[in-house]
This record gives sequence, C-alpha cells and structure tokens, in this order.
Amino acid sequence: MKDVKITPLRNGTVIDHIKPGMALKILPLLNIDQDYSTGLSIAMYAQSEKHQLKDIVKIEDKELHHKEVNRLAVITPNATISIIRDFKVVDKFKIELPKVIEGIVRCENINCITNGKEPVISKLVRAQEDPVKFKCYYCGRIQNDLEKRII
Amino acid sequence: MSLKGRDIVAITDLDLNEIEIILKEAEKMVPAARGEVKNDSLSGKILASLFFEASTRTRLSFETAMHRLGGDVITIAGQEGSSLIKGETLADTIRMAEGYSDIIAIRHPKEGAARLSATFSRIPVINGGDGAGQHPTQTLLDLFTIQQNHGDISKLHVTIGGDLKYGRTTHSLSLALGRMGARMTFVAPKRIQMVDHILDDLKRMDASFDMAYDIKETIEDTDVLYMTRIQKERFPDVEEYMKVAGGFRITAEMLEPAKKKMTVMHPLPRVDEIHFSVDDTPHAKYFQQAFNGVPVRMALLNLLLEG
Repeated sequence: MKDVKITPLRNGTVIDHIKPGMALKILPLLNIDQDYSTGLSIAMYAQSEKHQLKDIVKIEDKELHHKEVNRLAVITPNATISIIRDFKVVDKFKIELPKVIEGIVRCENINCITNGKEPVISKLVRAQEDPVKFKCYYCGRIQNDLEKRII
Repeated sequence: MSLKGRDIVAITDLDLNEIEIILKEAEKMVPAARGEVKNDSLSGKILASLFFEASTRTRLSFETAMHRLGGDVITIAGQEGSSLIKGETLADTIRMAEGYSDIIAIRHPKEGAARLSATFSRIPVINGGDGAGQHPTQTLLDLFTIQQNHGDISKLHVTIGGDLKYGRTTHSLSLALGRMGARMTFVAPKRIQMVDHILDDLKRMDASFDMAYDIKETIEDTDVLYMTRIQKERFPDVEEYMKVAGGFRITAEMLEPAKKKMTVMHPLPRVDEIHFSVDDTPHAKYFQQAFNGVPVRMALLNLLLEG
C-alpha cells in the first residue's frame, strides 16, 4: 500500500508553515468546528524541507478570504496560503501581519472603552517593527500576546 | 499651518511645531486670561464641557477659558448628571452633544474615551483626561509654565517624582519632554516607577533619561522638579504608604542645595508631597502652573475653532 499521510487536495486551501503546535488553534478562526462537514486534513510537527517543524492544514472546498488570512497572521505570522483548483496551485502567498487589526483581537487593557458596550470594534495599529508590536488605537496601550485575546 | 477643526486626544497628536504655535498663542492670551483686556473672539460659540469624572482645575479652567473668549458653556459634571447612568453609550452622548455645541472638552474614567468621542464627533474634541491614559492639555500648560520660567526646554534637566505608574500627567509630560530633548530623571518607589510602555516609547525616540529612588540624589542638578501625588490606595497597607510617602515630601529645607532658578511644579491637588513651607520660596510655581490652565486652554479653543 502506498504510504500517503495526507491525500492531495482537489479544491480548497493549503495553509503551510504554521507555527508547530498551532494548527488546532487556527481552526476556530476559520469557523471550523465539529459541525464542519467538508474534508479537512491536519499534520502537526511535520518536518519541513529545511528540517524545521511545522503544522499544515488542508481545507477542502474553501478558499480563504483576506479577513480570514489576517486572523491567522495574529497566531502564525509566517504561514503560507495556497489556493488549489483542480489539483493545481492557482495562487500562493505568504500571510503577514497587517498594519491595522480590526475586530479580531480585544484590547488587553480592561479599562479601555472598547471593552465596554460602546458601538465600536477593536482596532490595533502597528506601533513598532522588529519585534512587531501593536497598540490600541483608542487607549494607546501596547499589546502583548495577541493570540490570547482573539474575539 | 492651521489647527482649525482638529481633535486633541494625546500630546503625540501634535508635532513640535504645533506645540510651539499653541504655546505662543497662550502667551498672547495671558492678559485676557487675567481679565485685564476683553477678548470676544469666540462670541456665539458653545463649549460642551463633559466631565464624567471629578475635576476641579481642568473643568473650571476650560469653562473660564471659554467665558474669557466671549463664548458660552454647557456642562455635565459627574455621571449622576448625565444619561450615562441610565445606560446610554458614550457614543450616543457625544452625537447628542455635537448637535448642541461647537467644541467638546471631555473627561472620562475609561482609557480611550476621548479617542472614541473624536471618532463619533464631527466637531473638535479635546481630551481633559481619560482614566489613567492621556491628559494633553495638562502637558501643554506644564510645558508653557516651564518655558515661561526657563526658556529653551531642550537644555533642561527635569526631575519627575511621585506616582509615575498611575499618574497620567507624568506619562504625557515625559513623552513631550523626551521629544523636545530635555534630560529627565524619574524618581519614585519601585512599586510606582515609570511604566514600561512609556520607557519603551522614550527609548524609541532616543530620549535622555535615568531613574533614581530618592529626590535628594538629583536635587542639586535639577532645573525643574515636577512632583505628583502618591495615592494611598496603591499600597497594600497604610504603614507601607507612610514609609514611602515620607521620603517624597518636599520641604523648603530640602531645596537649599538646589539651583537658584530651580522651579517646583505640581499638577495639584497636593496632599503631603509639598510642604507649605515651599509655597513662600521663589521655587514654588504650582499656582502659576494652575493659572496657566486658563491661557493655554483659551489658546486651544481659539486655534481649534478659529484657526
């Protein structure tokens, strides 16, 4: 029998180079839960060509939209996205942290006005490069551990 | 360059040139602020003074500033007097206030409240303090007072003492002084030393600063001693507070080794940080500083409404 760990994808999205161990964390961001009925393959702690560990997620019949990609960047900023149609890669790109993250991560400051009942969505703006840091547009607080406060 | 129509939420919203324009305008406003000359430049304009948190100096000086310019004031003082207590959002309150007025000054217990107000308002919003966040008009009047007494700020050594962790005035002030090239020393007990995110910002702008734990270490070499109140509720017990607060009490005797022109400033209210004996020394400038709230806020109101 042929040794195939993950079967090739006919149509859908491959998310590669995910931070090792983070594959299961990105699924809720893609609205994939126990009710998801289309095919899904996950490889965790796989060896990359450069012998580094990575996770891979293959999602059948779903092409990721820009906003969903932004959501992933908060957890695994260096992942790559390949859009597959009829077994062919029709688009491939690296996800990157955007300049502004809106409606994805709650401000870490519990006394920030955005953590109340005001009609606003959270907005974090890039405040620093290398290492990248974001600050809350409203209260100005520099944010840590973004992945812990996904909305 | 015109500041007409702008919001002033954080001191970092203003570049150095704009700060200079505001301070120059404030200088021109001093005679009218004292009531020595009449100025009606904002006649027919209305300031909505929305203070959802206790304030004496900031609210009174905003309202005095508007009256001294011939304008009118509508006021909310405390959440009890507003619909916020009924559960109205700040966003709705702001949209209502912009229909009643030409400019809004707001103080609110939540950080980010002023930025949110500016997002919803089509008229200019001035932040009068948002929680432990920003208080840019205090910083402007602090800078104005320092400039009046010392001239070029970039050549000064400013010692900032007291509660540097929770005191919002010290955060805004140090960011402004850092940009202007002043050298700073932060003096505070470890528990309430300057917060990391401000220190990070200062490092990014290559500002010159160091830390100390006793005012006596730095007093001889200081041009401006900026004191803030140490709040009892920040300490686990009264005994520890008494121990710490005692070391941060300035007396006239302590100022003897200071430079002749050294100025002592304080955003007020003071509790025990500055002994009354300092009031009669030439170093005491905190009442001049409190008065300066009026010409500086007159300058801002005038520039944001008239350009």
